[in-house]
Amino acid sequence: MDRHAFDVAHMLAGGLVLVSFMLLYQDRMFALLNVFAVHALVLSASIAWQAYIQGAEHLYVPAAIALLLKAVIIPIALRRIVIRLDIHRSIETVVGVGPTLFAGIALVALSMVVMLKATGASIDPLAREDLAFALSVVLLGLLMMVMRRNAVSQIVGFMSMENGLLLAATGAKGMPLVVEISIAFSVLVAFIVIGVFLFRIRERFDTVDVAALDSFRGERR
Amino acid sequence: MSGLWHKLALEPVTAVLMLPLAAAALLLLLPGYRLGARLNVAMALATFLAALGLLLQRPAVGGYLFVDDLNVVFVVLATFVGFTTSAFSASYIAHELSIGRLSPRYLRFYHAMYQILMFAMNLALLANNIGLMWVAIELATLTTVAMVGIYRTHEALEAAWKYFILGSVGIALALFGTILVYVAARPVVGEGQDAMVWTTLIDQAARFSPELMNVAFIFLMLGYGTKVGLAPLHAWLPDAHAEGPTPISAVLSGLLLNVALYAVLRFKMLLATNPAAIAPGPLMMTMGLISVVFAAFMLFRRRDIKRLFAYSSIEHMGIVTFAFGIGGALANFAGLLHMSMHSLTKSAIFFAVGHIAQAKGTQRLGAIRGLTESHPVLGWGLVLGVVAIAGLPPLGIFMSEFLIVSSTFARAPWLAIVLGLGLLLALGALMLRLSELAFGHPTGSTAPVKASYLPLYAHLALVLVAGLYLPQSLVTWLQSVARLLG
Repeated sequence: MDRHAFDVAHMLAGGLVLVSFMLLYQDRMFALLNVFAVHALVLSASIAWQAYIQGAEHLYVPAAIALLLKAVIIPIALRRIVIRLDIHRSIETVVGVGPTLFAGIALVALSMVVMLKATGASIDPLAREDLAFALSVVLLGLLMMVMRRNAVSQIVGFMSMENGLLLAATGAKGMPLVVEISIAFSVLVAFIVIGVFLFRIRERFDTVDVAALDSFRGERR
Repeated sequence: MSGLWHKLALEPVTAVLMLPLAAAALLLLLPGYRLGARLNVAMALATFLAALGLLLQRPAVGGYLFVDDLNVVFVVLATFVGFTTSAFSASYIAHELSIGRLSPRYLRFYHAMYQILMFAMNLALLANNIGLMWVAIELATLTTVAMVGIYRTHEALEAAWKYFILGSVGIALALFGTILVYVAARPVVGEGQDAMVWTTLIDQAARFSPELMNVAFIFLMLGYGTKVGLAPLHAWLPDAHAEGPTPISAVLSGLLLNVALYAVLRFKMLLATNPAAIAPGPLMMTMGLISVVFAAFMLFRRRDIKRLFAYSSIEHMGIVTFAFGIGGALANFAGLLHMSMHSLTKSAIFFAVGHIAQAKGTQRLGAIRGLTESHPVLGWGLVLGVVAIAGLPPLGIFMSEFLIVSSTFARAPWLAIVLGLGLLLALGALMLRLSELAFGHPTGSTAPVKASYLPLYAHLALVLVAGLYLPQSLVTWLQSVARLLG
């Protein structure tokens, strides 16, 4: 494999980490959804590149799914939900942008240290660095879910985490197709479930702020 | 059609998976809740019989499915509790329907989801492919999320949302661990399908990169551990148990937690064959012990009857995880026994609690008093169940807890003291609550409730018999499984 192939793969995977950071500091709902669309776009390009350099045609399927579903359909659907619920003004965060970004940097450093150390010389360097980037994206998605109170942005955090998993799965050479399709499929199912929830939450509370749900804790009756 | 029946009769594995799936499709289409409830019970019974068939005849090891001594125990237990719970569910939902908490349309959905959950759990247990196992556990999670939220009250929605978020974080971490296992296996086993087949992995795991397997196991332990409900990853569990329909609480506690633990055990076995990797035991022991002590303290402050028993489930899953963490033939044997006893007892308790909450119209502990007087059959059933779950002799859980504590004394005396303390605290809390619930002057409604006592007392009878006498053949079999676990 030539040097060029490596560089592009790393650029795309690194780009995904970068876009994950951009997700962290968005404070407008529409901007958040737009950045998520970019996230999915970069993921799709990254998977397609892996399909090309590994010569694995079946990987074009998850790339297409990421492009269609996550970069186009889901952002549009979420945008409509946001408009219908009239929650596009701003996003409530648990802590400020500064500490969140520092925590993000710490998580990326952690995943680099852990993965590069754990994967020694035993596997090929492409998969190795891909895994490190993928873990960063997963952890940043996790961070986002923790730092946001709003249900829609938690969904975005969850989906960016799934994107990280997809990056890891496609970076692991020759991983069976079953798994990739099922990942994409489960995201779809998850989205349906969430959609149902949002609909119901809307029905009952007129808000999708998860903090509003906290007041109904069973223990405090 | 006759060819299909022939195949189902001949191949219990196909039957165990296809019967729930066919039932789900049928239940989704059929109108009428009475018919639906009956069909649900009938199909669950058929699945249980098919699972018994697995004891007699095992298929060859395949790339996707396989049957060995370990997962047969889990499958038989899961299908049995699935069957009895469906019987309990039939009488439970009739009441929910009559008071208008559920509509017939939702019941159709509920029954179909119940069967899909059964399918997903059986698939997770029978899977020979670690990717397939992950998919099945995710499917099981999603169906239970939908069922926890089915009442659509504030509390139910919050519980379902919390369960969904925490469950999917856990499941995501588990997938990352699964990918890492594949990456570790690829240089040794080769690319593609084979590197995810568990039976191939266990043969060659000694040659996998130990560093990678260590990281993978930590992700898998945290990921599937969330689903087991181990502290500090347990936050979803009490809410999901308290706010969903009670049959789902019974299935969650009795079965789904076991399935997640089964996944952890499979990966523990992989790691154990690799001498250069970390020992998985201490991690499991630590998380188990924290869960036991934490849950024991939390038991004292509960005000909701279903939450009380949900915390008790955390405690018992902690005990089982701790036992498997200690390892060795005796502790593994005790862990398996404890897991089965807990499934039977806890689901029996939830059967009783479901009818009690319906009779009294509340789940608040403070509002329920003197059950043995107002509803003697239910009340004494609850007393028996709680006495069993608290670990008092002569019931089954006493025996398994005794074995776990004594094998811990032999291996790590200090930990045995901590474990013993946790068990005693939990015993105290449960007895305190039980005396208020069961005795004294009855409060609330004393109107009789239409309940099915058979599933409740069948479970309790099994637990009692297991405490008094275990057939030698069962003991030998469990011992061979315990050796398999290493």
